[in-house]
Amino acid sequence: MSKRCAIIGVGQTHHAAVRKDLSISGVVREAALRALEDAGMDWRDIEAVVVGKAPDIIEGVMMPELFLAEALGCVGKPMFRVHTAGSVGGSTALVAAHLVQAGIHKRVLTVAFEKQSESDTTWAITPNIPFQPPLVAGAGGYFAPIIRSYIERSKAPADIGIRVAVKDRKNALRNPYAHLHLEDVSMEMVENSPMLWDPIRYLECCPSSDGACAMVLSDEKGGDAAPKPPAWVHASAMRSEPTMFPGRNQINPRAGRECAAALYKQAGIDDPRKDFDVAEIYIPFSWYEPMWMENLGFAEENQGWKMTEEGATAFDGDMPVNCSGGVLSSNPIGA
Amino acid sequence: MSEAVKKIVTPISIEYTITPGAAPTKFLRGIKEGRLLGQRCPKCSKVYLPPRGSCTVCAVPTVEEVEVSDQGTVTTFCVVNIPFYGQVQEIPYVCAAVVLDGADLPCFGVVQEIAVEEVRMGLRVQAVWVAPEERGYTLENIKYFKPSGQADAPFESYREHL
Ligand SMILES: [Zn+2]
Repeated sequence: MSKRCAIIGVGQTHHAAVRKDLSISGVVREAALRALEDAGMDWRDIEAVVVGKAPDIIEGVMMPELFLAEALGCVGKPMFRVHTAGSVGGSTALVAAHLVQAGIHKRVLTVAFEKQSESDTTWAITPNIPFQPPLVAGAGGYFAPIIRSYIERSKAPADIGIRVAVKDRKNALRNPYAHLHLEDVSMEMVENSPMLWDPIRYLECCPSSDGACAMVLSDEKGGDAAPKPPAWVHASAMRSEPTMFPGRNQINPRAGRECAAALYKQAGIDDPRKDFDVAEIYIPFSWYEPMWMENLGFAEENQGWKMTEEGATAFDGDMPVNCSGGVLSSNPIGA
Repeated sequence: MSEAVKKIVTPISIEYTITPGAAPTKFLRGIKEGRLLGQRCPKCSKVYLPPRGSCTVCAVPTVEEVEVSDQGTVTTFCVVNIPFYGQVQEIPYVCAAVVLDGADLPCFGVVQEIAVEEVRMGLRVQAVWVAPEERGYTLENIKYFKPSGQADAPFESYREHL
């Protein structure tokens, strides 16, 4: 039986296209200091640090965790780097939580970051190998054909993606840390934005951000004694599947379905739409909201778009999704 | 705001030397001759192109060699309308997932010799190769796909490749 894990402090940077005022060390430190302050702690209280980011080549710094040890107050303490590409923000927190749940550490600081202004991401993630045709589509070119397949298969109305884009940008207006604050965002504005990777419009894409986020995790004793009400980790799960195999369902991947099912079983959730109050989900392009609603069991296959259309996923809906503004409003890849 | 952090820009590059292994080596030798050589899984009968030497689903080696057609079906696609680093095509252009006849995995390629607004799911296409003397050990030997003129494939025929 694993031990309980509490989240007793959270912090994030103000996100922006370019944080000119901060180095990478400065970015991670801003988030970490805010999390420590939230937890009523300082560096001395932390036993171990778990840091995550996407591929090193994005900023061109090999193993950046080594030079971040001082900025994160963990000289002489255990430090772990997590790297699972675009999912690394979530995986980093999972690894940190497992250290507490396994009883190895009592108080762990976990930080994830990306400083995309110091990189050319498209170049960094596109090696030219002889088994693939040369770079043909850029970043959104990977997702756009899958979205087209979803629209064709589900017969969703064409404006669903636009609705998600407007909703998440309006949510971001309530979040002072969000990168994008589009005060006058509207259906017309999104619809009239350039079609970059048809069917994906400019304003249906995530931005490219500098930023970091951090959490202080604690064992049960520290959670009960925390100055603010803690959030308890009830369940965690992780699954993966190969990128290419015959019959792979790219619209509704099996790994996602099985991961959600395992998570709900651990947490005792029977009906996710009824049992969850709110969800923050990785939605890099607007159409992924209805697709992930299906993949994560909130809606039946080909029905997820109805939740968007009915306003169920809106801030005041019965299943609010990405109240922070989500990835569509702030996107440091590794965080 | 505190004083701006000083940044410098330095060029970096990474050069790979690929040692492809038995199955991809056959594929690369084939493609230099204008042939598409895949491998069939002995358990599920699916044909991998390019072959990796094993079936990801069944976890068994693939041995049987299968020559795949250079005609196929557009399963899905996007119209690229954004300039980016390293781009070789003029925008707008169509990047499509194409399942070649006889293969069970889609490959990606550009579709040309048709107006972008006329490209559709189910469109039948044919590979256009670079001249034999210019071919190397690379998929770049296929310049692009063009419509083959055949009737569109029905949705059900490529549904499992989406
Ligand atoms: Zn097989």
